[in-house]
Amino acid sequence: MSQTQPFSGQTTAQGHGADEVADTVWTEQVSLIDRIPRSVAMTGLFAAFLAIWQLTHLSGLVSPIILPSPAETARDILFVGNNLLTGDYMLAALWVTTKEVIYSFALAILIGFSLGVLVGETVFGERAVMPYLVAIDTMPKIAFAPLFIAWLGFGIASKVALATFIATFPIVVGTAAGLHAADENARMLFRTMGASRLQTLVKMKLPSGLPHFFTGLKIASVGVMAGAITGEFLGGGKGFGELIRVAASQLDTPRVFSLIIYLSLLGLATFGLVVWAQQRLVFWQKSSVVGEPSG
Amino acid sequence: MTVEMAAELTAGHDARPVYRLRRVSKTFARRNIQALDSVDLTLTEGTFASVIGASGCGKSTLLKIMAGLMPPSTGSVILAGRPVTGPRQDIGMMFQQATLFPWRTTIENVVLPIEIRDGKAAARSKHAQARTLLELVGLKDFADVFPNELSGGMAQRAAICRMLVTEPAVLLLDEPFSALDELTRDYMNMELQKICMQRNATAFLVTHSIAEAVILSDVVYVMTPRPGRFAEAVTIDLPRPRTLDMVTTPRFGALVDRIRSHLDRGSFL
Repeated sequence: MSQTQPFSGQTTAQGHGADEVADTVWTEQVSLIDRIPRSVAMTGLFAAFLAIWQLTHLSGLVSPIILPSPAETARDILFVGNNLLTGDYMLAALWVTTKEVIYSFALAILIGFSLGVLVGETVFGERAVMPYLVAIDTMPKIAFAPLFIAWLGFGIASKVALATFIATFPIVVGTAAGLHAADENARMLFRTMGASRLQTLVKMKLPSGLPHFFTGLKIASVGVMAGAITGEFLGGGKGFGELIRVAASQLDTPRVFSLIIYLSLLGLATFGLVVWAQQRLVFWQKSSVVGEPSG
Repeated sequence: MTVEMAAELTAGHDARPVYRLRRVSKTFARRNIQALDSVDLTLTEGTFASVIGASGCGKSTLLKIMAGLMPPSTGSVILAGRPVTGPRQDIGMMFQQATLFPWRTTIENVVLPIEIRDGKAAARSKHAQARTLLELVGLKDFADVFPNELSGGMAQRAAICRMLVTEPAVLLLDEPFSALDELTRDYMNMELQKICMQRNATAFLVTHSIAEAVILSDVVYVMTPRPGRFAEAVTIDLPRPRTLDMVTTPRFGALVDRIRSHLDRGSFL
């Protein structure tokens, strides 16, 4: 029978007893990690981290000055939180750093976008300007910090300059890449419609390039934070970076930890703002912060 | 039958020539490739003509020259009495890809050529007309959705509306349905015929599907490569309106054979 009907064996019962096994031949196996909700997995990992931390502390192998206990750190986090909420000196410091981040991000977007359009849209920009940008971009930009401090002093200006300097390049690259991203069909279509160069730029190339632009913005949003804090470490002032530096110099390690945690909230807020703006503006492309775009 | 004779034949008695190409040649100097060699072509009003040939035979180059996207090396291209020296608003074009922009709704995509030409206010005032066009192609309910909700066939139908919204004198079609599945393509071809007959449109189609060329055209130009030239103009004398079941008729088969014999001889050397 199986020789005359070669395909029948897989779909129909082969003699007696086939019905019982047919259901269990091959069923989907859901792996353990797929069955655990993300929140549980994340909480579990955090708990494991705390446990290792606590054990290291209890073992006495590491000095408490270098690594304070989790409880001590938690107490300090609450103390700093209270200080911030009551509008004490730490809030003033956080506001200084926040201002630096806002100013430098705005400046970086302005300069980065303009340079990006120049480089991405004009032959002059691509041939003459781009090589210099690439050359500067490969330099360690933090090394310029002493120069900015010498030129602009110990106030907020030198920090803004450094943060802007760091954050501008990813935006230039993102903007220029975005302008090159429009496909050949779209370009041809705009040519057949007799569109001017400005119309092609505004109505087609810039909207097509928005996803690339936002990729640049995300990198830049991390860059402004690094620039502002580095500027404060090296140039003093009244910001959050200065608080961290002072705490570290006094070997107040719990304070350093808790300040970093509150500082990371500022970074998260900046990054989140970019993601929010992207979801509003690039509404046709559904993408998440983590993971690949869907749909 | 020579090319010249076919051109005169399709010209009929009093039909107005819309397109007139005289001895159009194109050489790509950098690679020293002669893409087109002395192509003559006359399209009269209301004619549906196709050019068929293997990939790289120069048919896309020809279409780009006709559209004013590329100058010919020698020869002249006259559309509606004026030489083509660049993209023209009386030319409607369609490509293999629909290329709808995802940040515009379907209807905003359709009126885009108007917005480019006359500004946003003019585009808005064309919305009613654009809706009529969308209704014509069965997209009435999709006017206000974004293109990522449209299927491939629906997107191409929207692209047809975008091409027609400027009321062009001539339609240049560059393999417009070749990215669609075969069932959708057959349906779209019938839609295209309906639209062209309703508007007495003059159309020029580039394709590499013999059946598609025959079912749609009044005349099919067979193009052979290196250098690209018309080997023959085959007049398609099937009655209009054409229907999909005509593909089974002996006459259809004879026309397809005739075209294929030219392609076999010249194209795959």
